[in-house]
Amino acid sequence: MKERVIDGQNYRKERIARCIKARSDDIYALTSQKEMWYLLFPRIVPIVGIAIVAYLLPIYWKKVILTTCIFAMLAVSWDFLSSCGMLSLGQALFFGIGSFAAGGFNHYLHLPVYLTIPLATVTGGLISTMILLPVIRLRGIYFAMVTLILPLMLMRLIEATKLLGGTEGLTGLSPFPNEWVEVTLIMAAMWAALFGLRRFIASDYGLIFVSIRDNDRATMASGINIYAFKAQALFIGSSVCAFCGAFMTHSYQFTGMPVFAMEFSILPIAAAAIGGMNTLAGPLLGAMLLVPLSELLREFGTLRIVFYGAILIICVIGLPEGIFHYLSRKYNEMERWVKIE
Amino acid sequence: MLVYGLINSVILALMALGFNLTFGISGVANFAYGAIYIVAGFITWTLIEKLGLPHLVSAAAAIVVIGLFGMFLYKLVLKRIRGLVISEVIATFAVALVALELLRYIGFIGFRYSLPVFIDGSVEILGAYVDIQRLLILALSILVVVAQYLFTHYTKLGLAFRGIAQDEHTSLSLGINPDRIASWSMGIGCSLGAFAAIVILPLGTITVDSGYDVLINALSVCIVGGLGSTFGVIIASFIIGYAQILTATYISSHYTIIVSLVAILVILALKPSGLLGHQKELEERV
Repeated sequence: MKERVIDGQNYRKERIARCIKARSDDIYALTSQKEMWYLLFPRIVPIVGIAIVAYLLPIYWKKVILTTCIFAMLAVSWDFLSSCGMLSLGQALFFGIGSFAAGGFNHYLHLPVYLTIPLATVTGGLISTMILLPVIRLRGIYFAMVTLILPLMLMRLIEATKLLGGTEGLTGLSPFPNEWVEVTLIMAAMWAALFGLRRFIASDYGLIFVSIRDNDRATMASGINIYAFKAQALFIGSSVCAFCGAFMTHSYQFTGMPVFAMEFSILPIAAAAIGGMNTLAGPLLGAMLLVPLSELLREFGTLRIVFYGAILIICVIGLPEGIFHYLSRKYNEMERWVKIE
Repeated sequence: MLVYGLINSVILALMALGFNLTFGISGVANFAYGAIYIVAGFITWTLIEKLGLPHLVSAAAAIVVIGLFGMFLYKLVLKRIRGLVISEVIATFAVALVALELLRYIGFIGFRYSLPVFIDGSVEILGAYVDIQRLLILALSILVVVAQYLFTHYTKLGLAFRGIAQDEHTSLSLGINPDRIASWSMGIGCSLGAFAAIVILPLGTITVDSGYDVLINALSVCIVGGLGSTFGVIIASFIIGYAQILTATYISSHYTIIVSLVAILVILALKPSGLLGHQKELEERV
């Protein structure tokens, strides 16, 4: 807490919740329009804002929005996994499996787009969960190392065995009908993932996931099979990523080794670190800032990643709570100086 | 093949020792380790080629500079986020990204970047021709392991290292400053990385991308051997080293990196604390 001296008196800064926050929080019968808007404002502004950018701006920015939404979903899923005590350094694994699943269904079985995406979402989630099932007992940094290594391994495996197109990848996959469908689908999916997972985490069932993160021993002692719950969390989180992979595959009409690239693992973590972890909305906000920023930095070439790294270090040290926590504090609480007796 | 397997194993062990030291002492998983390895190579190269310093002087200078860099990294960055595993991993990995991609941007790409060997020539052992540099690696690695053992068992600083590795709070109450010791362990770990780079890099060219491979190799050896256990690291590097050479000879060299990755998965699934990981007991990991 900050302190300062005014007229020989010691003051300290006090932070309390705004009245409207206290009234609208946890009370399901809102008493005025003002309170309703107070709750709706932070939710509606980003939804409408992104929709405006996506529908009205030229085609180049549509592509940027697509990429942003994909990374935002990856970041939300990363945060969901970390809320369940699984620190993943390999979102690229889930993303890549989803992408190859969609590519495979489309290329070998000639299924249409509206079938491959849901199928790839589910099978991608299942395959990822199966792969990680042997190491589900691990936690913290050990789990992180395994997830860091797996996508690299799959990349080498595809390179060595020449399965699924090998180094060339699968090309000429079916595209979306038009870009309106594309943009609408990814935005809908992103908001569904965010609000759905938020509601899920807040439910009684979701409480178990959070308790696994906070103290897995105590959760086990309460007679809960934490491995079953971790597997479920893994399935949910990786399905979200697999959807992104499948979507990206059809959007670019291509899948190949680049889908396991480090970028798909690093950027979501960067977004979560900047936006604020364990909020789900924070990582989304972080991705909304980082991806367009990286588009602007594109002319610097590889220097882009240097900027990323620098921003990451600064944010982790300087603003460890993240932008979202900071903003929500400003929105929900007020500060005032009070005399120290 | 026996000889090459031995040398491959020793190279792996040498790569992993620095990472292992830092993790074993301070619990910081230094994901910037691969980057430090490559940066050390390029510092030495610059000192030799651009400033024309003698080989041994520039090697020593690089080791000292990297050691200081490691200590500063701890003081500036890691001290503030100590204990937050996610933040530690993110911060060190970000440092690695910055360093490696900056090198790539400045233009350290190509085949002309290679360090000179200490002694040229080769000898015949068991029917295989071996460079003297490779034998030198063998000798120096044994020297480093012995030196590390003596250091941690018979010097004041080394005993303090083991103290904070065992119990930070108790060692604090005995007048050991864990932050100071942890920054030393970070510095010495980085110096070991730099040493490994200077000894191993003359065998090939210095490339930015191999920074990530070095990190993977160091990680896999440390995980298989049990994080924080020096003898575990040596045993694991022999297992992985020979396995890599065997796959390269009998199957295909594409599969060599997969071997170490599979080794990690198997070990983590069967025995999560690694072959000899007694120091950090199971509850920390599972």
